Amino acid sequence: MKLDRTSFAILAMGAILLIAGPALPSWMVSMLNVSLCYGTVVLGMMLLMRNGIVSFGHGLYFCLGAYAAGLLDQMLKMPDMLLMVGAAVVVTGVVSAILGLLLAKYRDIFFAMLSLAFSMILYGLLVKTASLGSTDGFNVAAKTVAGFAVAPESQRLMVYSLAVVFATVSAFFLHSYLASHQGRLAGAIKDNELRVEYMGASVMRAVHRNYVISAVLAGIGGALMAVNIGHIDPEMTYWPQSGEFVFVAILSGTGSVFAPLGGALVFEAIRSFAYEYSPNTWQMVLGITMLLVMIFLPGGLWSLFTRKREG
Amino acid sequence: MSQFIAVLVDGIVYSSWLFIIAVGLTLIYGVMKILNIAHGSLYALGAFTSVTLCGLWFNAGLPPMGSYLMLLLSAILVGLVAGPVIERGLLRFMYGKDEVVLVLVTYALFLILEDLIKLIWGVDPLFITGPGGESPYSLLGNFEVAGLTYPNYNLVLIAVAVATGGALAWALARTRSGKLLLAVIHDREVSAALGINVGRIYFVTFTIGAMLAGVGGALTAPTVSVVTGMGAEVIVLAFAVVVIGGLGSLPGAALGALIVGLVRAAAVHYLPEVELFSIYFVMAVVLILRPKGLFSGAEVRKI
Repeated sequence: MKLDRTSFAILAMGAILLIAGPALPSWMVSMLNVSLCYGTVVLGMMLLMRNGIVSFGHGLYFCLGAYAAGLLDQMLKMPDMLLMVGAAVVVTGVVSAILGLLLAKYRDIFFAMLSLAFSMILYGLLVKTASLGSTDGFNVAAKTVAGFAVAPESQRLMVYSLAVVFATVSAFFLHSYLASHQGRLAGAIKDNELRVEYMGASVMRAVHRNYVISAVLAGIGGALMAVNIGHIDPEMTYWPQSGEFVFVAILSGTGSVFAPLGGALVFEAIRSFAYEYSPNTWQMVLGITMLLVMIFLPGGLWSLFTRKREG
Repeated sequence: MSQFIAVLVDGIVYSSWLFIIAVGLTLIYGVMKILNIAHGSLYALGAFTSVTLCGLWFNAGLPPMGSYLMLLLSAILVGLVAGPVIERGLLRFMYGKDEVVLVLVTYALFLILEDLIKLIWGVDPLFITGPGGESPYSLLGNFEVAGLTYPNYNLVLIAVAVATGGALAWALARTRSGKLLLAVIHDREVSAALGINVGRIYFVTFTIGAMLAGVGGALTAPTVSVVTGMGAEVIVLAFAVVVIGGLGSLPGAALGALIVGLVRAAAVHYLPEVELFSIYFVMAVVLILRPKGLFSGAEVRKI
């Protein structure tokens, strides 16, 4: 694997966030933590958007990942953070591999609608499952990491560090995937699928692979979010949650793997401050931001950086 | 047997309600190719407006029967105020963009309208009841089927659904403007070249669509507690209905509403655990088997 500038930058970012963790004020750790979870999910959204596909149901995998983590704690009594993320990867990988077979044939709003339907099916199931707390969900607590017990006072920092590690690793691998032969097909598929087929590549297979990768990323994000918040509920697969991921992806743009991570941080900052100062208008702030970005910055916030570099 | 009849009655009432909500969505998509997420907010706007207007009516001590007029007036108000503002102020700058981009634009609009509603009406649940406990829901009395009692208000829902569907079908097939509309649906550019004022058609369509969403909200308001977030719940249901029937198809919306309504009623009576699940399951199955919905014709391929 060849390491380019971006790969180094990703690793450097991860290292800085890890080292700075203990020194940061706790509000900043929380904000970074949530943005890293979101950012990981949006990395997957970005991969899909590079194929010209928008999923309005990625809450499905976000929620599946979170419930996989939660059930590991509740049913199997194995509250280990690494195992939780592992469980999320396995569950979302398997489910998306199956659903992906169907979805890979769909484009545009039909893809959006079918993915929405799948996520709402999970919502319908969870809301009526009394043993999993119905609409209230249940609490999740991670007590060990790779078998080692974590002291309660250092738990927050541990969860944060784990989010940093997983987000960094996800971004690192997604970046090298996007630069690879397979990854570069995404842009070609967006431009013209027929040409891709004539070149001898299978569009179906490429879209399916990208869908599974994006689902697994959403699952990792969901599991991290579950341990971070300590509580999960079916709202995670309700459509406004999926809409939020789309929002962050639009805000970020698809220019680089840094875009979703940075975009998630900006989103979290907007949300925190808007929520702090006017709890009843923060959605309005988001909506207006989204419109402005779509009108004036179709390439997302990331296009601000690339433009500068070209000029 | 009585349970079967209950499923049938509930199903038809629920279908009528669904049709009223979904028909505006399918109309807007059919003409403008916009899958309007903000339709849910327009529905909520209709519900909140009718709470205010009915409240004013009751408090003025006017005859309770007039509250029905207030419901109608709320829907018209929503259509005539919100519709033009949204279409002229935002959507007209977006025509010609990708369908997915348009969905996202209306999603942003949905977020804005949700908070606008909170700003105007607050976050507490509201109810339509007069000082003496009158409500448009109970004013009309009840009817009985197979030993079960239903409020006559349900018949109003059915009547409105049938009238709306009939009026739209008639207008599309028999009137001059309806035919112009069909021409625009078929080919926007050629229609424009032939002298049809496409912008005006879009404007009118969106206003009517918004009004239909308002009708849905206003008619729902007396039957539930009017809360913020009601739009989010309804818009996915409406999506399910129009996607099952075929996006942009009027008979499709009717069939979709009937299917979802009956499926849900059956689920509620026989297997309450799968109530929500069943609706989206049907939606997914239809999308898998017939991606363009049940009522989609062969697509004209444009190179």
